[in-house]
Amino acid sequence: MMVPLRAVPDVEEPAATAADGGAGRGLELAFDGVTKAFGDVGVLRGLDLTIPAGQFVAVVGRSGGGKTTLMRLIAGLDSPTGGTIRINGTARRGLQPDVRLLFQEARLLPWQRVLSNVGIARGPGWKERAQALLAEVGLADRAGDWPYVLSGGQKQRVALARALVTEPGILLLDEPFGALDALTRADMHRLLTRVWRQHGFTAILITHDVAEAVALADRVLVLRDGVVADDVAIDIPRNARAAGTPRLAELERRILTAV
Amino acid sequence: MTVEATAGLENGTLATAAAGPRPWRVAWPDWRPLLLGLALPLLAAAGWEIVVQAGLASGRLVPPPSRVAAALWKLARSGELWPHVGATAARVGAGFVLGGAAGILSGLAASYSPLFRRLVDPALQGLRAIPSLAWVPLFLLWLGIFETSKVALIAVGVFFPVYLGVMAAVLGVDRKIVEVGRIYRLSGLALARRILLPAILPALVVALRTGLGLGWMFVVAAEYMGASEGIGYLLVDGQQLGKPDQIIAAILVFALLGKMADALLMALFKPALRWQDAYQGGR
Repeated sequence: MMVPLRAVPDVEEPAATAADGGAGRGLELAFDGVTKAFGDVGVLRGLDLTIPAGQFVAVVGRSGGGKTTLMRLIAGLDSPTGGTIRINGTARRGLQPDVRLLFQEARLLPWQRVLSNVGIARGPGWKERAQALLAEVGLADRAGDWPYVLSGGQKQRVALARALVTEPGILLLDEPFGALDALTRADMHRLLTRVWRQHGFTAILITHDVAEAVALADRVLVLRDGVVADDVAIDIPRNARAAGTPRLAELERRILTAV
Repeated sequence: MTVEATAGLENGTLATAAAGPRPWRVAWPDWRPLLLGLALPLLAAAGWEIVVQAGLASGRLVPPPSRVAAALWKLARSGELWPHVGATAARVGAGFVLGGAAGILSGLAASYSPLFRRLVDPALQGLRAIPSLAWVPLFLLWLGIFETSKVALIAVGVFFPVYLGVMAAVLGVDRKIVEVGRIYRLSGLALARRILLPAILPALVVALRTGLGLGWMFVVAAEYMGASEGIGYLLVDGQQLGKPDQIIAAILVFALLGKMADALLMALFKPALRWQDAYQGGR
């Protein structure tokens, strides 16, 4: 039983630059002096930064550096203590309908089959859209399965389809590939790059893995002690990154030092 | 390695793990343990039958199986049994519905509202500590000797396990899954129906089954405190007229009814719990 993932060119990717995010549905994200404290502990201590629409940004940093807090603020799951978060110029508070989150665990509902999980938001025509997204992540024939029969990688692909079904302007990824084996992770990287190009959302990937960050992102933010300690543009075309150029190694070293 | 190849590989291992059009397997029960478990009681019954038939014992106080079966047959044949079954089942049914509904509602309230929990839970836990049969004289005084006091006693028995079970189930719902519902902006109703209810359903069924079991226990007490109908009445009648065969027959009817009610409850919830069967079948 083969699940044909749509052609994912391994080699002949077009030259990628910071501006090659596709369809242009992405939203711009801006932080003005954003702080977040839990009690006396300041987790984020003044973030000022702008992420242009459609950019793929990776956020790296040590545990407890505020990465997940940042993500929850963007999604609107928590509110900032101070400062404002703007999406396309408008200050936002509360849960964001155009922001979707991919968690470390797939968080599928075990009592719903795959198709109903993808179409969790329902709405008119949800079945067709969910089926289309499942096809896009290469799981068209698993729509009627229970989530428990899927492998870890397949579960994350279902979660990705679920996140994309409402065409979000911003996709947040909170270490969604951390628990996957190396080969599956590489597949997921290719899949993510492809859907990012096709859908054109602004992608924000949180990761411990500096190699993953420089392989996927246009730009890497190093979050340390609640501030952006470094902001590194990955100015290498994506198809040249796998080869491990000296420039890539240099950037990776710079980020590792900043972390 | 290409994506196609790994995807195929992943699916290959899955296909062997869960073959067939349906992802779960029907596991036929192994009857041997059951037969082994039945051996001792069957042997004892047969042994006692032989002892009595051989005239080694009168079997007056401990009737042999044949005499119990004859008593049961006589009750069923004469039609005398069915009003008793109906009366008992109606009492348990009414008490179960009332106590179960009250248990579910207060369990939900206690888990949703910390104020309700702090206000009401200590009192309920205190009441729970009272052996339920101690209520009997009070209920008789308050509610009379007819149906109301019996149903109330059964409802009290059903209430507590359901209340505790529902409260624990809601408090134990995985916060991470609820968060998914929030992110996808499910309305309060959709969140309750699609996420909270399925999440607590397995625990709710366990709580209801426990409650139902207690309901059957309490109906005996209720019918003991004075009834002109019911399986419990058959027990009292058998004791007063010295008919141990009728007592044992009534006990058998109780066991059968309890088992059937439990099976009915399980069957009612089975469609909603299919995902769980599938999950367990896959392990």
